[in-house]
Amino acid sequence: MSIRELTNTEAMAEALKEEMTKDPSVFIIGEDLVAHGGIFGQFVGLPQAFPGRVIDTPISETAIVGAGLGAALTGMRPFVDLHFADFTTCAMDEIANQVAKIRYMFGGQVRIPLVIWAPDGAGLSAAAHHSQSLEAWFIHTPGLKVVSPCNPSDVKGLIKTSLRDDDPILFFMHKKIFSRKGPVPEEEYFVPLGKADIKRNGTDVTVITYSIMVLHALEAAEQLEKEGISVEVLDLRTLWPMDWEMIAQSVSKNHRVVVAHEACLTGGFGAEVAARIQEELFDELDAPILRVGAFRVPIPFSPPMERFVIPGRDSVIKAIYKILGKEAN
Amino acid sequence: MLMPEDVETLLALYRTMVKIRRFETLTGELFAAGKIPGFIHLSIGQEASSVGVCSTLRPDDYITTTHRGHGHVIAKGGDVRKMFAEVMGRKTGYCKGKGGSMHIADFSIGILGANGVVAGGFPIIVGAGLSIKLRKTDQVAVCFFGDGASNRGPFHEALNMASIWRLPILFVCENNQYASTTSVHYSTSVKSIALRAKGYGIASKSADGNNLLEVREAALEAVNRARQGEGPTLLENRTYRIRGHFEGDPQRYRTKEEVEKFSGNDPIQRFQKFLKDKKLLSERRDQQIRAEIDLELEEAVRFAEESPFPQPMDALEDLYTGDEAQALTQRSPL
Repeated sequence: MSIRELTNTEAMAEALKEEMTKDPSVFIIGEDLVAHGGIFGQFVGLPQAFPGRVIDTPISETAIVGAGLGAALTGMRPFVDLHFADFTTCAMDEIANQVAKIRYMFGGQVRIPLVIWAPDGAGLSAAAHHSQSLEAWFIHTPGLKVVSPCNPSDVKGLIKTSLRDDDPILFFMHKKIFSRKGPVPEEEYFVPLGKADIKRNGTDVTVITYSIMVLHALEAAEQLEKEGISVEVLDLRTLWPMDWEMIAQSVSKNHRVVVAHEACLTGGFGAEVAARIQEELFDELDAPILRVGAFRVPIPFSPPMERFVIPGRDSVIKAIYKILGKEAN
Repeated sequence: MLMPEDVETLLALYRTMVKIRRFETLTGELFAAGKIPGFIHLSIGQEASSVGVCSTLRPDDYITTTHRGHGHVIAKGGDVRKMFAEVMGRKTGYCKGKGGSMHIADFSIGILGANGVVAGGFPIIVGAGLSIKLRKTDQVAVCFFGDGASNRGPFHEALNMASIWRLPILFVCENNQYASTTSVHYSTSVKSIALRAKGYGIASKSADGNNLLEVREAALEAVNRARQGEGPTLLENRTYRIRGHFEGDPQRYRTKEEVEKFSGNDPIQRFQKFLKDKKLLSERRDQQIRAEIDLELEEAVRFAEESPFPQPMDALEDLYTGDEAQALTQRSPL
């Protein structure tokens, strides 16, 4: 398989282009798409390639998500761009009460092939209304699937799979990874939903993580390797469905687990992962599971404060030292 | 001014109104007898709006409806057997007992669902309208809502969006004077909901919602405009909710005199009188129609009562699609 380097943004655009070419029912809807190519330039070229199928909207998040839902109920496969994950709040009734429940409430009469794409995450001094990681809300909402990849090949493969899936999907992408490059196969491929990926093999401890924290965990692993500590990095990629099989394998192999995400620690998805591991794999554990996450404050604007409240490479390193009973150097 | 209609069409309209009234009356009785769990909202007195609008639609046109939606579903062609079974929580209901009175849908005839959230239909209907435009068909999409819903944000976002894209949508307000227990005169900044269309640059009309033919004429005009690509319309059907917000509502917010006054303006009695005055409906034919409907609905109730309840484990079905769907509903087999 031949490989070239693409940014996450380019990988996403390529996935959309391929799927829109194959399936005329796929269209993109959201704010600032046509002239601007998306607020992050993520759709540059697509409005020209698919006239009328990349649709600009007023700033009306409720109606944008609802429009995606109504179109999905009547034969289309919409890709909704929500601009920022923070703005899911403006469309929360549509996401949590309608999109998530309609298939179930109506006894399975209908399928909802809908992707809601939402850039999330902090680290850009974007302050409290443009920096959140809200995935836990949506994992907590029955009816949704939740995806949060960290590199271009996963982004492309998961966008393609999501566009062909018949259930509603919240697709989160961390803003800080948009321009990061990575290898992407030339040939067509798909990444299945619900399949995690070992991004680095290791034998002393498993870090279960996703999104940008995968990159921080990989940096931590590289650093710790110099000290003779072998870290496995398990990238969930899809948060719901969760790949319990791969989690169980890695936990049973390494017996020490750190769960890490950028979202606020309290009530975060890491708590669910940790709880399930201790319920089902307690005998495999040699140490209590440790969690890494943000402080429970809104994301502050000024860089020193923002850096302080969100976790990064060093937070993962600290947790690994602690779980191995070592003092930090 | 009214359009000429043939006798059979007029009698079919009458028949559907009588059927809705009978369905709602029976539902009220079944609820009072403890045979319907939860709570229900009846549309008695608002039949002319359901029938006047839906009679202008094709089976492939779409509607969204509300918590007070039984009439819309019947008028759009819904199956009363599956409706009774649903409100009684049976496995044979429209939604296999997962929805109940406030969540009835029939996607095979364009009913995109009743909605428990006031104004929940607006964003969905925009999507249906957009989908029609993208697929280049001449379908039409109708959003039924109440006066209360016009004070929620989705109303305003949806009317604006439908206007800028000239979507084939009818926004049909059933102004029944009360949002739950709150009078429209208190809660709403305009005397007529139809006035709000002006702010979004769309056509509007306010009709006597208890005059079947007036509603039908207004709807027909709006449907024709929508099919021809001339954009959305806001219709207001001025009516009155004869029953409480929900069955069992103590109705402390209005007087008996007020309800009695409006009860004299019954849409079915008015249309019945119209037909009889024109000698289009004999007493005998009227009784025959009512007897046929009674028979059909009594059979439907029997079907529902004889239908099984769902199994408890059925609660884990129908959330996701695909082979592993059920695994996603439960965390672990503890």
